[in-house]
Amino acid sequence: MLYSLILFALVMTVSSIALGQLTLGYERKVIVDLGLSAISIFGTLIAIFIGIGLVHKELERRTVYALLSKPVRRHEFILGKYLGLLATLSVNVAVMTVGLWLSMLYQGGIEPAGYARILPAVYLIFLSLALTTALALVFSAFSTPALSALFTLFLWIAGHFNYDLLEFAATSRTAAMRRFFQALYYLVPNFSNFTSIDSRNVIQSAAYAQPVDWTAVGWTTVYGLVYSGALLALAVAVFSRRDFK
Amino acid sequence: MSVVQIENLTKDFLVGFWRKRRVRALDNLNLTVEPGEIFGFLGPNGAGKTTTLKIMMTLLRPTSGSVRILGEPAASAAMRRRIGYLPENPYFYDYLTAEEMLTYVGRLYGIRRPALRRKVGELLETVGLAEQARVQLRKFSKGMTQRIGIAQAIINDPEAVFLDEPMSGLDPLGRRDVRRIITGLREKGVTVFFSSHILPDVEALCDRVAILHKGRLRETGALHEILQVKIEGHEIILARVSAETRAGLAALCDEIRPMGDRLHLRAADAGRLEAVLARALAGGAELISVNPVRASLEEYFFREVAAEVPRP
Repeated sequence: MLYSLILFALVMTVSSIALGQLTLGYERKVIVDLGLSAISIFGTLIAIFIGIGLVHKELERRTVYALLSKPVRRHEFILGKYLGLLATLSVNVAVMTVGLWLSMLYQGGIEPAGYARILPAVYLIFLSLALTTALALVFSAFSTPALSALFTLFLWIAGHFNYDLLEFAATSRTAAMRRFFQALYYLVPNFSNFTSIDSRNVIQSAAYAQPVDWTAVGWTTVYGLVYSGALLALAVAVFSRRDFK
Repeated sequence: MSVVQIENLTKDFLVGFWRKRRVRALDNLNLTVEPGEIFGFLGPNGAGKTTTLKIMMTLLRPTSGSVRILGEPAASAAMRRRIGYLPENPYFYDYLTAEEMLTYVGRLYGIRRPALRRKVGELLETVGLAEQARVQLRKFSKGMTQRIGIAQAIINDPEAVFLDEPMSGLDPLGRRDVRRIITGLREKGVTVFFSSHILPDVEALCDRVAILHKGRLRETGALHEILQVKIEGHEIILARVSAETRAGLAALCDEIRPMGDRLHLRAADAGRLEAVLARALAGGAELISVNPVRASLEEYFFREVAAEVPRP
């Protein structure tokens, strides 16, 4: 986590200085977009690479034997792991948000309300991280770290191009293919839902700022919570049936 | 009520990648452990000892059969508050210190802070790690890890403790300390169930043992009962034996060997014992002692079980 924060600070510092000289008139937009993307990417890397090792490391090092013989139920173990990583991610995201504010301050020209207007975007990023963590945890409950990373990363990328699956369904020649792509569209987590708020909300003056669609944020929250909940239930079901040889 | 009640316990593992086949690790095991006893669970590697303990701790699911501990099903979380477990070759979180580790485990049992701090101090003292209280576990030797493992197994003042190879990796001093801890637990009325292949320890500690081989229970019972059956004659020690008496005794006993100024003789049955004693006393020899020769658990174990284990 520390490394990701150092890297984030480095990216933001270098880009803040470089942007002042390279881009004309778009510095503020680029710095906010870059900052939000960096929060999302660094957060996702932590969610995937710590998430996939959460259960596996306990099995590999056999620390799970002593733990599960205590009055700890298997679902408590999985939920504890999940909430622990979410707590880590929330600290990480909070620190990176402060870093983004500092970069915006360095860049200048953003009205005070603009600083608060990145918060809904950060909130949605955090929700997407909660979903990514749940995804990593499901794979971690039955697979090796390498395979878990591969599956999670694949679904994370596919989830960002989720609407293309609808396009595929629409242009499919056979009904079977259409149903296949439609099923995939509903099964693959829709990560593009979580990137609906971007720099346009932040850098414009209040009069021109694109207003936050709170209904969309609400539905995205429900989607994130339900999907993460279902994944956690699956992780618990898989983990509860496991033999620890 | 039995502390442990295992009924018809069977465990099959699926092995192989493509063509999976069943390997039976435990075959219809029946076992009971009574309150307050030290119960030794013996068997060569691969006999099914760890499998049994893991099923008891719900780390493995049985193929069939049932396990009840303290009258409750093995899966009961409430029951697990009342027991302790030391896994085989235990590992704990590397970056925690001994003190932090025990505090963490204590909190899992819901022990509150002031009492927990006192308890952790006492336990570290008991297992001889008081000076290493603030050392990270990754710097611990195998023996020290084993000691902290025992400490975490008894932090909740359990009614029954399950120890998988508690002596493994310990030097003679460490083994003596663990023996002391185990007898201390018995004095407090705690039931101790432990698996081991260090037979002298089992012999020194256990009230009852079960011998497991290839997943099957070979024998179970009080240690003295298992060994008593196997009395293999008597050993007679004599002093001041004249050459003439010695020659006479040699014809009567099964084995005769001088040790210093004494003579050790072995009589295989009661008739020979009587004849040897009569001849020795008539010849003016001094009787030092007469002792029944029992097979030690080690001898018994090797004769009954090891003969069937193919050598590597």
